[in-house]
Amino acid sequence: MSVLDIKDLRVEFPGRKSVFVAVDDVTLSVDAGKVLGVVGESGAGKSTVGNAVIGLLQEPGHIAGGEVYLHGKRIDQLPYKEKRRLRGRKIGMIFQDPLTSLDPLQTVESQLLETIRTHLPLSRSQARQRAIELIESVGIPDASERIKQYPHQFSGGMRQRVVIALALCAEPELVIADEPTTALDVSIQAQILDLMKKLCRERNVAMLVITHDMGVIADITDHVAVMYHGELVEYGETTQVLGAPEHPYTQSLISAVPRPDIKVERFPVVNYIEKAGTPQKQIDIASHWLGKARDYEKVTGPLVQIKDLEKRFETRGSIFPSRRKYFQAVKKVSFDINEGETFGLVGESGSGKSTIARLITGLYQPSGGSILFGKTELTSLKNRKDVLAMRRQMQMIFQDPYSSLNARMRVSDIIGEPIKFHRLASSNAEVRQIVDDLLDHVGLGAAAGKKFPHEFSGGQRQRISIARALATRPRFLICDEPTSALDVSIQAQILNLLKDLQQELGLTMLFISHDLAVIRQMCNRIGVMRHGELCEVSDCDQLFEAPQHPYTRELLNLMPSLELLSRANLATA
Amino acid sequence: MIGFAARRILQALIVMLVVALLAFTMFRFVGDPINQMVGIETSIEEREALRERLGLNDPVAVQFFRFITNAAQFDFGTSYQFRQPVSELFAKRIPATLELSFTSALFALIVGIPMGIYAGLNRESPISKLFLSVSLIGISLPTFFIGILLIFLFSVTLQWLPSFGRGETVQIGSWWTTGFLTISGLKALILPSITLGLYQMTLIMRLIRAEMLEVIRTDYIKFARARGLPDRLVNFRHALKNTLVPVITITGLQLGAIIAFATITETVFQWPGMGLMFLQAVQNVDIPIMSAYLMLTAFLFVTINFIVDILYFFIDPRLRVGRP
Amino acid sequence: MPFTTNEEDQSTVQNAAAPVQEQGRIARFLDSDLFHSFLKSKITVVAASGTFILFLLAFLAPWIAPHNPFDLASISIMDARVPPVWMEYADPRFLLGTDDQGRDMLSAIFYGMRISLIVGFCSVIAAAVIGISLGLVAGYMGGRVDAIIMRIADVQLTFPAILIALLIDGVAHGIFGSIDREVFAFYILIASLALSFWVQYARTVRGSAMVEKNKEYVQAARVIGIPSVIIMVRHILPNVTGPVLVIATINLALAVVTEATLSFLGVGMPPTQPSLGTLIAIGNDFLYSGEWWIAIFPGLALALLVLNVNLLGDWLRDALNPKLR
Repeated sequence: MSVLDIKDLRVEFPGRKSVFVAVDDVTLSVDAGKVLGVVGESGAGKSTVGNAVIGLLQEPGHIAGGEVYLHGKRIDQLPYKEKRRLRGRKIGMIFQDPLTSLDPLQTVESQLLETIRTHLPLSRSQARQRAIELIESVGIPDASERIKQYPHQFSGGMRQRVVIALALCAEPELVIADEPTTALDVSIQAQILDLMKKLCRERNVAMLVITHDMGVIADITDHVAVMYHGELVEYGETTQVLGAPEHPYTQSLISAVPRPDIKVERFPVVNYIEKAGTPQKQIDIASHWLGKARDYEKVTGPLVQIKDLEKRFETRGSIFPSRRKYFQAVKKVSFDINEGETFGLVGESGSGKSTIARLITGLYQPSGGSILFGKTELTSLKNRKDVLAMRRQMQMIFQDPYSSLNARMRVSDIIGEPIKFHRLASSNAEVRQIVDDLLDHVGLGAAAGKKFPHEFSGGQRQRISIARALATRPRFLICDEPTSALDVSIQAQILNLLKDLQQELGLTMLFISHDLAVIRQMCNRIGVMRHGELCEVSDCDQLFEAPQHPYTRELLNLMPSLELLSRANLATA
Repeated sequence: MIGFAARRILQALIVMLVVALLAFTMFRFVGDPINQMVGIETSIEEREALRERLGLNDPVAVQFFRFITNAAQFDFGTSYQFRQPVSELFAKRIPATLELSFTSALFALIVGIPMGIYAGLNRESPISKLFLSVSLIGISLPTFFIGILLIFLFSVTLQWLPSFGRGETVQIGSWWTTGFLTISGLKALILPSITLGLYQMTLIMRLIRAEMLEVIRTDYIKFARARGLPDRLVNFRHALKNTLVPVITITGLQLGAIIAFATITETVFQWPGMGLMFLQAVQNVDIPIMSAYLMLTAFLFVTINFIVDILYFFIDPRLRVGRP
Repeated sequence: MPFTTNEEDQSTVQNAAAPVQEQGRIARFLDSDLFHSFLKSKITVVAASGTFILFLLAFLAPWIAPHNPFDLASISIMDARVPPVWMEYADPRFLLGTDDQGRDMLSAIFYGMRISLIVGFCSVIAAAVIGISLGLVAGYMGGRVDAIIMRIADVQLTFPAILIALLIDGVAHGIFGSIDREVFAFYILIASLALSFWVQYARTVRGSAMVEKNKEYVQAARVIGIPSVIIMVRHILPNVTGPVLVIATINLALAVVTEATLSFLGVGMPPTQPSLGTLIAIGNDFLYSGEWWIAIFPGLALALLVLNVNLLGDWLRDALNPKLR
């Protein structure tokens, strides 16, 4: 008998205008000692499945049909009190963000003790003993000392270990992990996944892992369920589903996943999810405003030369200079970007890669070093006119599609603002025409200009961002994690768009990402960053085939292997 | 801990210094102090002599320094109206104001906190909605009108409680008089304390409710529920404790405000405290009393804030223990 | 940190799926969640209508009030202290009775509400202008400018509005001497209310501006090269209007109450231009002698006005707070 059996589950969220069916007709089961992955993109309803099982659906959501069995006993209709007794005791849960999952005002020990003693008839000292053992078993050294500490004294990865320990307090039979590694860096993600796999086998726990990440699925799951718009489209053994997907959605999803091991020219066009992916009206770049007047001065040698760039932030202010404390975000970094190439910067959070982008664009002032753009030294520009002339030549695309557009402005005003501000068009009518063409060109259509940003999805907003960046006719484009907030299929479309634009306009790009696989698809040369230092710069293929720096090798090793994934539909470069 | 407290004391001193500067500016430059002190028949020579004697011809910085030194020793000059030292006038009236403020603060906290917790935990219950409606009426009725209504109801119509004054008081020590020890003194306290405390009570209640509602949405509360902890633990050990930090800030501010709000209540009930004296000073442009009152309220306020900061220190471990 | 995906983002799903139709602004407003939550809350609808009616009564007072309480020719001391019509010795001309000088209470209340509201609106606007500008500058510029503005705000917060207003009043009288109170009372009131209320706007706008400043749309504007002043006005300001609107509504209620309190304490509007507070102050002297209507009716009018505005503000705060959805 399986530990968890879900039969024909249907979850509804009654709304003002209509009932939103988050999950429909989902049937799954998980066995002891096995890991089932539920994978899907935003809005697929995968988290809702987990919340429905443990009985924590957000109001007014409710189970509208189907049955949930734990060890053959039906649990979805239990009264509140009995349902609560299952939580923690029989079913453990791990949340996404370890930084917010723990009560900041209680020690780790007191949170463990209260959970253990709620579920198990143990004395205080027995419970304490058990807490220490648990903390040891999740791989935190000095357990008896560290449990006396508060959550803020633990790093993100360590906190996620504490969260896992809390979920395992009362030996549950089923653990539901909702995006357990999404908020973590690659290296820590690998450790946490290993730990989860190990605990699952050792303790013979059934595990339900909810994730959007194919890497996680390939790494730890035995079975996988693929969800799309609340429905289960494919369900089976992981090797089977990933290696030979049957459903067209699964096929397109898998073909959209960037691989570190192969470089593709373009991602296959997936029209399964979002329709607005094709250019509405082709404009002839060469004769159009966008392609004309690219009368930038010619450069000999690299377009951007960065030398000994440094940036430090004050972390503690004081009137006495000796008592001030600094965080060195960028340490003596030097690299060049050649005209027309895409240079990639890769690194984990806090490695200083985004800081470099902001130093080049002038959002931050460097603490030292030089940035040469063409023949102009950016760090010594004083004259406002010169600064503006430089700003016009370099633009940036940001990470978060939700906050990178002003919610109170119409799309046409957002894109028209840089054109008007830099006086790049002679009349308002011309501005309007250019905006319409830009919208067409990025695949949204001119009609989008009349709307406000909230009427668009994440991928569409990122297209608006790209149109805005193009509106100053830049020669240098900085992309700061442009797709890390997007679903894979939409990421593939945006990456394709960026590649096309670069070829058409001959743009030089600095592409920043934490994701080595994406970097491999986009870049000619790559710099690897760690703790503010540049470890290594090398050609794309060389970096992946023959990494020089030990840190690069470590990063490559930690990447979840995607070799399982089907390679149908992929045109390799 | 010592560094933390020292920093806070330094900040408090800066605030006090700014307030002192304001009070001094008022004292020195609003109207001519000499004109207020002497009669019309005083000759110009006599005025000059007095000016010299009082040091009003010294450089402004020197005068300010003298003002602060005097203020630190509770010497705020002489009242224009009463021709008495301001500090003596205040000493006589401080007990009345403090007893009134203390009683209403107690009332606001004892009633406001449980109501707020209840309404925060049971958002949809009819009792919560009742609390909320009552509280809205509480903040909508101006304090003085509540006083008038209470007087009209309990003093004029029903004649149960006195409408003005402190009732009989008992002398304790050389200068403290208390109304706590006599029946009439206690009866006299009831209406003014409710009037004064009602507004703070509703504010505290609404604040706790709002904070509770926010904390209940956090991930750690959801995680606590997902671990199967009983509601009692989730609500009180986790949710309530986390609402305390913002609640203590605002509560501190509100308790400080009670002393200033006492002005209104004291006027309505003819309560012989310093607020009533301050109001008369404002009407008669008695600057020494005004500037002394300004500094006194600022001092009480700064002290309350300091206590609040120290309380934080004990509640929030993030202030106490650094990261590894 | 890698960006975390928001799983159950229903709005995105629905937006992506449903074709967005062209709609007029009004139609979109009538269909919006904001308007819907307004209709759903019955008490808010009542409060909104109540507020509207009271504003109408106040601003149309010269045309709809049965008497003109300022027209000395029409009032007679013979009519003084007439009780409301349902009591003995009443005069049918005076629905709610008359005050000690023979002025019709109902008309006096309409006119008084008008004065209270004018003072309220003027001071709210003045406070908002000061507070929003300082808050924007402090939040966007940061650093020393921010430190100075916020320290001033801290000191200001040390004193409740009523105390500041009293002090300003006292100081103004000290400076201008005993010149005509009737001319200056209005301006002194507005100045003291504005000076006591700006801090709230400043702190809120500063907080929001600090959040908005770090959002990527502001960085995008900076990358384009747009100067700070334009970024503050065109980009940040429209995004902080929600909280400002809430504060302004609640502040209007607070300003009316504070004005009434000051007038009651004798440092607000003079008896020749009575606001609601002044009327209550006048009536307070007659409370003990049984002529309760002179104080209680203006008081009830004041309470009703403030309650309605507060109810609106309360709803607005909940409706605009994304966390409580």
